[in-house]
Amino acid sequence: MKPRRKIYMVAGYNTISMGTGRKEFNPKKERAGLEEYLKEAGQGTLQQIGGAKNVDEGVVGNFMAARFNNQGHLGAFMAMIDQGLRYKPSLRVEGACASGGLALVSGIKSVLSESADTVLAIGVEVQNTVKAIYGADILATAGWNKRRKDGHAYFFPGQFSDRAGAYFQKYGREKTRLAMARWYRNAIENARLCTTAQEYANVTDDLDEAGIAEPNPKAFTDFLNYTDCSKVSDGASAIAIVSEEGLKKAGIPLKDAVEVVAVGHATDDITSNPEDPTVMSTIREAVKIALNDAGITVDQLATIETHDCFSIAGLITLESIGLAEPGKGADFILEGNTSRTGKIPINTTGGLIGWGHPTGATGVHQAVTVWEQLTGRAGDAQINIPADKPYALSINMGGDDRTVVAIVYKKTM
Amino acid sequence: MDYNERISNVSVLGAAGKMGSGILLLMAIEMADQGLKPENKGKPYVLNAIDVTSGALPGLMKYIRTQVLKAAEKKVVVLRKLYAHRADLVDNGEIIEEYINDVMSIIRPGTRLEAAFESNLVFEAVSENAALKVKLFTQIDTNSIVKPWYFTNTSSVPISGLNEKAGIGGRILGFHFYNPPAIQKLVELITIKENPDGMKEFAHELAKSLKKIIVPSNDIAGFVGNGHFMRDALYSIEQAEKLSSEMPLHEAVYAINKVSQDFLMRPMGIFQLIDYVGVDVVRFIMNVMDPYMSNENLHSDMLDKLFDLEIKGGQYADGSQKDGILKYEKGRPVAVYSLDKKDYVPFADFASKTDAWLGELPKEVMPWKNIIRMADKDAVAMEAFARLKVLNSKGAELALAHARRSREIGLQLVNTGVAASAQDVNTVLATGFFHAYGPVNEFVN
Repeated sequence: MKPRRKIYMVAGYNTISMGTGRKEFNPKKERAGLEEYLKEAGQGTLQQIGGAKNVDEGVVGNFMAARFNNQGHLGAFMAMIDQGLRYKPSLRVEGACASGGLALVSGIKSVLSESADTVLAIGVEVQNTVKAIYGADILATAGWNKRRKDGHAYFFPGQFSDRAGAYFQKYGREKTRLAMARWYRNAIENARLCTTAQEYANVTDDLDEAGIAEPNPKAFTDFLNYTDCSKVSDGASAIAIVSEEGLKKAGIPLKDAVEVVAVGHATDDITSNPEDPTVMSTIREAVKIALNDAGITVDQLATIETHDCFSIAGLITLESIGLAEPGKGADFILEGNTSRTGKIPINTTGGLIGWGHPTGATGVHQAVTVWEQLTGRAGDAQINIPADKPYALSINMGGDDRTVVAIVYKKTM
Repeated sequence: MDYNERISNVSVLGAAGKMGSGILLLMAIEMADQGLKPENKGKPYVLNAIDVTSGALPGLMKYIRTQVLKAAEKKVVVLRKLYAHRADLVDNGEIIEEYINDVMSIIRPGTRLEAAFESNLVFEAVSENAALKVKLFTQIDTNSIVKPWYFTNTSSVPISGLNEKAGIGGRILGFHFYNPPAIQKLVELITIKENPDGMKEFAHELAKSLKKIIVPSNDIAGFVGNGHFMRDALYSIEQAEKLSSEMPLHEAVYAINKVSQDFLMRPMGIFQLIDYVGVDVVRFIMNVMDPYMSNENLHSDMLDKLFDLEIKGGQYADGSQKDGILKYEKGRPVAVYSLDKKDYVPFADFASKTDAWLGELPKEVMPWKNIIRMADKDAVAMEAFARLKVLNSKGAELALAHARRSREIGLQLVNTGVAASAQDVNTVLATGFFHAYGPVNEFVN
């Protein structure tokens, strides 16, 4: 989708991604819930755009609060964030781990339809209310329920372990595993530069060694380690989606915004299995649409925020979006291309493995990270944005390559 | 009778106790896992949890349920395969719940010994009282239709004596778990020459299934583990008493405790270990062992005094530490009991002075939690002791003397035939006491 009207994102805000790895995280003590995360992120954005009076609509992206927190009806939390949002339209959208991306799509559509000049988009998930082994049951609902019984105890790690196994068989195990370990190292090294990242305080000396450890199929999956997996996280992210009018109303100069130049939103049949487990075809299609509509190629991207729920998903994505030839994703990573100083820095604050993966928030978090990078707000994590590459891409995925939201952003000045 | 038939009907005597409850948990899980195998489908498994304290049984069942839940959560990957045939169990949560029900349905709690009359295997984990053990074995054996094998968890009473007095024809061996049985890897196995064919092999097979490491011990009171621990404890008490010419006794106790933990790189100080096991239990074990040791006096006046003053240590039902020789806050020692003052004296009142007296801990001597993670612990220990030897401090001096005494005790256990080898002694200390290095080594000399 190519917007028929100028559309921007501004005023991003991320809470801390809370969970194992954060020093202040203690599963036995009472912690912040949905309300606190929604409030912190929502108010964080409102403060930057002149308050609730400038907001026309609200949208919340969330996957499974109904089970993690026994809470539905999240659209009606908007007025809790700020009383100025009472009686304004607001809704919650869901598309598994792409819920955050869908919140952005929903907000973009509202602005395009001219029903709003400013939409407050928030993504939120609070997952540490249950142990990981029960969380796995909840997260498994992002797959087809009729396939749960035959799935792994850790359903999605099992799905992506199978993808890794198929990839090993087709292209070789050793180099692929080295690349997966490097993916982990990049993620942690980037997370160490971002104070809100779950792995910010990671002190592991030898990240390569940690990443390359042999998987233990008895306790976990056949082909993946914990280091190959995204985190179990509590967190929220918010951003404002605005028209030119909205930008003016908020009194924000153009240079502090990023332009949304194209959106690729694609879904595939949840009841079917991937035709080829070594390809992410829905990601391929969504990104193709986004790049085509933006009128650019991958070579014009300064950075990508991609959905590395598992290292192997990150690797296969590189091939599926055309950065590397099929079977060459591992080389692409090992040559250093995806590191923060490489050809195309990917997941510059750690991605889902390093920053964290509060499922429903992730899509919005990616947009906030892109906004920070393109407007020079990324602090210690700031990368160089070359003048001839003013674009960035975010890829947010739900389930096993079933719902994908790809967005192309452009630096405004 | 094969392995499966042997464990199809089991009784645990003293099931509500510290050791009994752990053994019950291990057996309940092992029996349930066997029952879930396709080849054992439909076979009944019965595990009698027998304890005289009727009031403790509900708490016991609650404890077992909680522990089985934890175990199930850890092995849900395997459980999903075991319950693959059950179409109605889809979520991990459903499978875990079903597994708990399957384990719990095996256990029959009760106070009556009659339940054991049909058991093929009887675990005995009652208090360390030889006469009581003999009485129970005799009663079961007289009435049993199957003439069971008896696995006693005694940590000190010789097995041959129990066998003779109970008249059970050699169907008894020592299967000594360490506390807590569900966690500690070590089982000391004490066989006697009268054991029937296959009994020892079964014991090994069971230990393997329970993921335990067996160290054989000869049938000499105290066996290997307590043979070392009791002598090590007595040595420490003597050292503290000796030091009391230079400082108050409670400060000396603190000093020796610190030396044995920090300088010897052990998981806890020796007086904390005595508290962990229980002052009363340690004293009791010494009393059991003493008559068998012709050239030694296994007895401590200090422990008697503490016992008389009700300073006992041991643990609460939830596993937390009771105050003993030391006083604990959140599991960490914070004060030491003074026999003079009849009260605890906070470490804060004197520790800096005593620490200075002991001297600085060299950097080569690392905390136990660090050395235990190292690949080559012996090399690290060797370097630490090399440093202690050239360090001119009280702490180093006491540590070296203690390590040498510990080595001497280990060698004594080998020389008197309690342990088959120095390696076995080292394995017991490594797996039963979590020591980072075995006492019988060359680097302390």
